[in-house]
Amino acid sequence: MSKKIATREAYGEALLQLGRENPDIVALDADLAKSTKSYDFGKTFPERFFDMGVAEQNMIGTAAGLAAAGKIPFCSSFAIFASGRAFEQVRNSVAYTRLNVKIGASHAGITVGEDGGSHASVEDIAIMRVLPNMTVFVPADAVETVGAVRAAAAIDGPVYIRLGRSAVPVLHKEGFQFEPGKAVVLREGKDATIVATGIMVAAALEAAEQLESKGIRIGVLDVHTIKPIDVEAIVNAARKTGAVVTAEEHSIIGGLGGAVAEVLAEHCPIPLKRVGIPDQFGESGAPAELLEKNGMTPRHLIAAIEEIITKKG
Amino acid sequence: MGEIDELQKKAREIRKHIIKMLGEAGSGHPGGSLSAADIVAALYFHEMRLDPDRPEWPERDRFILSKGHAAPVLYAALAERGFFPVEELMTLRKLGSRLQGHPDMRKLPGVEMSTGSLGQGLSAANGMALAGRLDERNYRVYVMLGDGELDEGMVWEAAMAAAHYKLDNLAAFVDHNGFQIDGPIAEVMSPEPVSDKWRAFGWHVININGHDIGQILGALAEAKNIKGKPTMIVAETIKGKGVSFMENQVGWHGVAPKPDEVQRALAELG
Ligand SMILES: Cc1ncc(C[n+]2csc(CCOP(=O)(O)OP(=O)(O)O)c2C)c(N)n1
Repeated sequence: MSKKIATREAYGEALLQLGRENPDIVALDADLAKSTKSYDFGKTFPERFFDMGVAEQNMIGTAAGLAAAGKIPFCSSFAIFASGRAFEQVRNSVAYTRLNVKIGASHAGITVGEDGGSHASVEDIAIMRVLPNMTVFVPADAVETVGAVRAAAAIDGPVYIRLGRSAVPVLHKEGFQFEPGKAVVLREGKDATIVATGIMVAAALEAAEQLESKGIRIGVLDVHTIKPIDVEAIVNAARKTGAVVTAEEHSIIGGLGGAVAEVLAEHCPIPLKRVGIPDQFGESGAPAELLEKNGMTPRHLIAAIEEIITKKG
Repeated sequence: MGEIDELQKKAREIRKHIIKMLGEAGSGHPGGSLSAADIVAALYFHEMRLDPDRPEWPERDRFILSKGHAAPVLYAALAERGFFPVEELMTLRKLGSRLQGHPDMRKLPGVEMSTGSLGQGLSAANGMALAGRLDERNYRVYVMLGDGELDEGMVWEAAMAAAHYKLDNLAAFVDHNGFQIDGPIAEVMSPEPVSDKWRAFGWHVININGHDIGQILGALAEAKNIKGKPTMIVAETIKGKGVSFMENQVGWHGVAPKPDEVQRALAELG
């Protein structure tokens, strides 16, 4: 777990590689190419790269037209703008039309850090997963990101890929098979399960390891696909361990926690605790400070587990 | 009969379909459908390279009705052009119909882009024009916007981008009928001076009477010869054109004619 790479870095490399393999891949950015990492694609394939300037709505609309004419456009911007500023363009020109547009949404969540609350998307998973026809990937590390980008290109339809700014540990080995819609059991548990997504998967693993030394056996389920959600894997883990804590770098409303609550309420009602950004906006600070302040460290996950275990029937 | 007469006749047929469809549907938008009829007739029966038997033909010209509420004018033209049976026009807005209240590209062959949310069509047209250039295809892309629609900020993002990327395989129309829903554009939110704005954004601008077939054909021919920039054809039109009691009446933006009004309108259209 020594190596650390930001998922946006992996996204940029994967996009470039895809560009080499498939001439129909085109990329658009909204004046953030150096940050979203679509820059290298643009340098390598200038004729297939369109900087749309600071105009996210037009970027998404243009991508819809490119897709309607047979291209596979990847649109990159910050998550807050790709999902927020351009929401209704994503909704009507991309999701409603089921067009083959991919959205690479970087700098998601509070680990955007010092830029603060205007830039920290706490709501993007919620507003993307509610859209019919939309697939939502939230990769946990660089390896999953490469898998997600390749899977997105292979899917015929809209895909939202949520990416982070900060370097995060590489959890998966090279050769890991990313299967869209299939959660990954990273650890089998007995006493409770942490269902995690994105950068919180690493925190979940760490919490589980620490609890192991106290004799508490925690499962870790890595949900890299928020939509379609892997109902079977979540219900299996719930049945086996009897309690679930969700962990995500997103509001506890409407994101992974919301999706898991929906699944469990309908299929296997058991004690559930959601760890994530409480119902509030982000603020400036170092990513680690913000995770601490929002109650999203391994220590907080351990406290959540210890609490929920007492509620088991 | 000369071609202009033929196209005028087509436009009249389209207007009659619009009235009948809307009468049958009991809701919808006559004013902005009627104002666009001559331009749409010129596009579908003179200008565009199309094959109704192959709606996905990669070399086809594309038309996007960005002001999607005028769907009846598009549906009437597509039916007359042979994309689907004319009788199907009478299913407009009904449950299960391919003729949705606003155009749906996934339901009806010939519809190039789903529209209805104003402001989005020009961006999609730009994307198609860029793809055509990348693929070295020589199809052209046409798009129609409303003058009220110009209030949308996204239109101007797209205006900037089309000029920046020198999309000379694209020509747009503004159906300049002077009205939006809440009243005359001059009173609600004036987009004027429309032509100067597009020119300032780097477009080649042509001003025409949007009910004069000869002028429409002339503008389309001129647009094809303009290199290095997109063309905007600002068409002066009359909202409700062809039905005297609907002309320039803001109340006919989004209200369907009742049976007696359908009869009066059809009698006028001849
Ligand atoms: C984004 C959006 N906002 C509001 C509407 C509702 N609406 C439908 S038509 C219309 C007025 C359009 O005026 P204009 O573009 O001039 O159309 P025309 O007069 O040619 O019918 C409005 C506000 C819409 N369809 N989309």
